[in-house]
Amino acid sequence: MLDVARIRKDFPVLERTVRGGQPLVYLDSGATSQKPTSVLDAERHFYENANAGVHRGAHALAEEATDAYESARSRIAGFVGARSEDIVFTKNATEALNLAAYAFSNATALAQHEAAGIDPRFVLRPGDSVVVTEMEHHANLVPWQEACRKTGATLRWLPLTDDGRLDLRAVDDVIDRTTKVVSVVHQSNILGTINPVRLIMDRARQVGAIGVVDACQSIPHMPVSVGELGADLVAWSGHKMLGPTGIGMLWGSAEILDAMPPFLTGGSMIEMVRMEGSTFAAPPQKFEAGTPMVAQAVGLAAAVDYLEAVGMEEIREHEHGLTAYALHALSQVPGVRVIGPQDAVDRGSAISFVVAGLHPHDVGQVLDSRGVAVRVGHHCAWPTCRRFDVPATTRISPYLYNDESDIDAAVDGIRAAQAFFGTGAQHAAPGLS
Amino acid sequence: MYQEIILDHYKHPRGAGVLDRPLGEAHHVNPTCGDEVTVQIGLDPSGGLLIGYLGQGCSISQASASVMAEALTGRTPADAWPIREAFLELMHGRGTVEPDEEILGDGVAFAGVAKYPARVKCALLAWMALQDAAIKAGLAGAGPEDTISEDAQADGGDEEGRAAP
Repeated sequence: MLDVARIRKDFPVLERTVRGGQPLVYLDSGATSQKPTSVLDAERHFYENANAGVHRGAHALAEEATDAYESARSRIAGFVGARSEDIVFTKNATEALNLAAYAFSNATALAQHEAAGIDPRFVLRPGDSVVVTEMEHHANLVPWQEACRKTGATLRWLPLTDDGRLDLRAVDDVIDRTTKVVSVVHQSNILGTINPVRLIMDRARQVGAIGVVDACQSIPHMPVSVGELGADLVAWSGHKMLGPTGIGMLWGSAEILDAMPPFLTGGSMIEMVRMEGSTFAAPPQKFEAGTPMVAQAVGLAAAVDYLEAVGMEEIREHEHGLTAYALHALSQVPGVRVIGPQDAVDRGSAISFVVAGLHPHDVGQVLDSRGVAVRVGHHCAWPTCRRFDVPATTRISPYLYNDESDIDAAVDGIRAAQAFFGTGAQHAAPGLS
Repeated sequence: MYQEIILDHYKHPRGAGVLDRPLGEAHHVNPTCGDEVTVQIGLDPSGGLLIGYLGQGCSISQASASVMAEALTGRTPADAWPIREAFLELMHGRGTVEPDEEILGDGVAFAGVAKYPARVKCALLAWMALQDAAIKAGLAGAGPEDTISEDAQADGGDEEGRAAP
């Protein structure tokens, strides 16, 4: 059992009030998590004591800054059971996934002119296929659409069942010998579904395809050891796991990172530069062009320390309980339909729903007027909304600092929205005018 | 923010539907929430505006389309565009613009919406589509057209509904 009251004390923003002095009920951690004081202190301490350029400079601060950056990488790697040198820092998870997709379109372009040194696994040609699912965040869909557009490869996707899970019967048909890359979300940001990625990655391996996992919504919420996912590459972000914005991660097996062409190029990522051409540093530096996000890495390492102190298994258990509680509470409200798995089995805490006769924007507005912060819209998963024939949804996404009273506040707000739009139209409800 | 007038237009949209012979049409999408509206523009025999619209979305975006149709239908373009300008000014005012009911009619009910930046786009969706439709129909008029089309771009969307993701 998590001591939520004690945890909440570590998050200053949760103390504040909104919309006329009401306590903030923050249920939008799927968008971004709040930050504990220890993360903010770590960033501040770094800037006040050790700020300097990393990996260069012959002075004490430069040395300490480099140590801080690389020690952060090592703690973040340890958090997901990885080796430090297999973790690439990016600006966010979207950039990490683009890095992966550009490895393919860049290798394809390079292969037109120079055969030597280009790994054929990354070369896409007409007739090749790229596989995603119908529940991807745009960040794990649009980069692959673009890679296909540039190379003539075909995008395929694993379809969904009506209860918001992958239709696994299609795996062997959709992923076949033409498939060069399979990129799949671990936990859906809109449906909450936790996918059996190991099974899908094993199939990818079987046909010789590179396997990629988007772990943005899983790594913050459950223990994840990236090596056990069976993937070649795993992308996730820092800001959804109590860390700062401006830092994302791409884990790759050493062999794959070595074989991939670079994404962004410039300073810090080179081995040797001449006017005629350049050679590149070993991973992860090969993928970290320009001044990196040092303070963010330091802050994220503090977030990792915080999460480990609380315990990822405990966080998973806590959220599992909240998910079951919320699903039950929502099922008691007539007119509410959960989009995604209806039970808490293989399901994370992000819960999307629609309310009959009410647009999600209006539900969100009424909740906001009561201090309850949720996300409304298509959640950057527009095709998933289309699959379930809804223009948008309202989503609650709790985290370790939420408890059942927060779920109750959301459910009360839904009932208030129904009362307001359903029967209370002739009089503006208090606080809504 | 949810004035009675807004809820009334939401539940009983005025003039919704398509025109027989539109002179121009535009489809706009709010890419953050997926709300969409198609606005058509035409002229009646006496030179008054005809406005048709179809859409789906939140109460603010749908009520705004209804208010727009009611306020502008039958007016000449020269009479109608100042009303549109006044509505845009109100919505971009972050709650500091005092609305003039003489000009805006039921549009004054949206004064509260202007305090919620996330919802301003909802309220402007149909009005931006109308401007695009008017340009296509050659009815956008002289003068403020340049500034208006700049607004339309800033608020995203084009005729195919493709907009920034």
